[in-house]
Amino acid sequence: MKRKLEISELIFKIISYTLLTVFALGCLYPFLYAVSASVSGRHAVEYGEVILFPKDVQFQAFKQMFNDNMFWNSYSNTLFLTCYGTIWALGVSILGAYALSKKRLLFRKFFNFYLVFTMWFSAGIVPQYLNYLATKDVFNSVGIVDDKWLVVIAMGMAAMNIILLRNAFENVPSEIEEAAIVDGASEFQVLGKVFIPMSKSTIATVALFFAISRWNGYFWARQMISNQNEHPLQVFIRLRLEQYTDPEFMAGWNEVFASDSVIYALIVCSIVPILIIYPFIQKYFAKGVNAGGVKE
Amino acid sequence: MKGKAADYLILDEISGTYHENPEQVVRDDVEKHYWLHVGRTILKDWRLYVMLIPTILVFLFWRYLPMYELLGSFKVSDEVKPVSQQFFAGFSYFKTLLVGGTGLSTEFWRALRNTFLLSFYGLCFGFPMPIILALFFNEVRSNIARSVYQVLTYLPKFMSTVVMTSLVTMLVKQGSDIRGIGIVSQFLVKIGLLSQEVADAGLLNNPSFFRAIYQISGIWEEAGYGSIVFFAAIIAISPTSYEAAQIDGANKMAQMRYVVLPSILSTIVIMLITRIGSLLNIGYEKVLLLYNPNTYVTADVVSTFAQRYGLAGAAKGIASAAEMMNNVIGMLLVIGANTIARKASNVSLY
Repeated sequence: MKRKLEISELIFKIISYTLLTVFALGCLYPFLYAVSASVSGRHAVEYGEVILFPKDVQFQAFKQMFNDNMFWNSYSNTLFLTCYGTIWALGVSILGAYALSKKRLLFRKFFNFYLVFTMWFSAGIVPQYLNYLATKDVFNSVGIVDDKWLVVIAMGMAAMNIILLRNAFENVPSEIEEAAIVDGASEFQVLGKVFIPMSKSTIATVALFFAISRWNGYFWARQMISNQNEHPLQVFIRLRLEQYTDPEFMAGWNEVFASDSVIYALIVCSIVPILIIYPFIQKYFAKGVNAGGVKE
Repeated sequence: MKGKAADYLILDEISGTYHENPEQVVRDDVEKHYWLHVGRTILKDWRLYVMLIPTILVFLFWRYLPMYELLGSFKVSDEVKPVSQQFFAGFSYFKTLLVGGTGLSTEFWRALRNTFLLSFYGLCFGFPMPIILALFFNEVRSNIARSVYQVLTYLPKFMSTVVMTSLVTMLVKQGSDIRGIGIVSQFLVKIGLLSQEVADAGLLNNPSFFRAIYQISGIWEEAGYGSIVFFAAIIAISPTSYEAAQIDGANKMAQMRYVVLPSILSTIVIMLITRIGSLLNIGYEKVLLLYNPNTYVTADVVSTFAQRYGLAGAAKGIASAAEMMNNVIGMLLVIGANTIARKASNVSLY
């Protein structure tokens, strides 16, 4: 329907386009700057001459980082934590959510409360820390000395995700389930052949949430993983930032590129893989927000 | 189970004798064999309960057992003994924190105040941004242009907290004789919002800038992503509503006021209530990564206070007492908010 724009509408449109453009560019700018600064020459970075485009292009900062074994180590640790952590958390959540979605489950209310209460009240950092220490001892006593497994198994479980899955399972029509049971499917077959395929998109969303929280995990990984070679990427980035912004360290810096460039290069390298898979996961990301929370 | 006499015995009027109420016999039977019934049901559906076990255990070990460690906040800290064998200290830690008049209690109150203020400013500045963005997105008629805008504004959400705080640190970093200041500080100096000396000292070292940096980086990170919910509510509005308003002579502002806002009001209310409910549950990672001893005055929140004294220091009892108070108030807020949401809109958040 074509019609003439009224004045008020026109003004509003102009304002929205302008502000949107400003905000969107503002969102994007720090990334562009990080890319430019990571490949610019030392003088240009240190004196703030890089504004948008790189100046005196060099790739030494990237080269130094790629030659750093710790970098690749931390990357593979993060991949390890993300893969196994997501599989573990998703597996536990799917089984739990399936059981909770059944109306015939006894004490269903109690089990729901058992989960929801952890969203309301958390014991806090210190008790959690003491608890993880105790867990670590238990793990060590059964022969698991890798702290990575502690992070995989003990952390990152979220009641919210189980509730999202439970809601999705509740929406599967019961006729289909009954049909499967009549055909002689066992409980596990019903779950694997009916419920999981029918709630694929929610499962993908929840898996994404788990994966992101694993990929981003920093605080507990730094607290609990004592071996430097097992640190994930986030901890590595933070340690490097602390090291490279230390005035003494900077004073002793004599490379052709600025020490800041290394930090920017690290930042770029940690974002690039996410940008690559972003187009594929975007729709699940958006879906998760809308599914989030409101229910019952 | 209490009941009336008539539940148990029934008077047979003809013979004048009493006999047992058959319904009550059944009820008694059910009650007597309640656990047997439970056992049978569980046995029949044992697979379901087996599926539930991993979830129960994970939450028991890593969510509920820490709560047992909270006992430590009532006991004398002891590195060697487990919490069950430590001596009771009563409420002395709580007293020290609340009324002590010591440095600790001043610091605790400061942390509590900062926790509240950081969330509260987030509510004032961070909360409206996604709504405004969603309204603007709605104005962009071309799908391609809108997608571009949306992708660009969602982008910061994909950074981890560490990457985000590292970027912020670099963008406002301090300067010296041989090094320039961060690019954002440079820009602020150029447009005259900041004096050169302040910028040279580093914005993150200056307590009066911490809250602004925290909120602006929060908006940068969250606004685009947060707008998804509101935008979904806006595009759900039927075009006929706009047409009807136009026929009635409503201009753009009137349409906003009488069509769009009422339609997304319930979403706004729910999001607002959730937000108020989590006023005291502030993410500690971001503060921990951005603050330093220079900015404790405005930046220190209860979690970081607990982290500093309990994990880095040895005052585990004090630290868990502090966080426990914060989390109990937080829980009351969440439950209160949820009750209000249920009353207001028949939608429960959990």
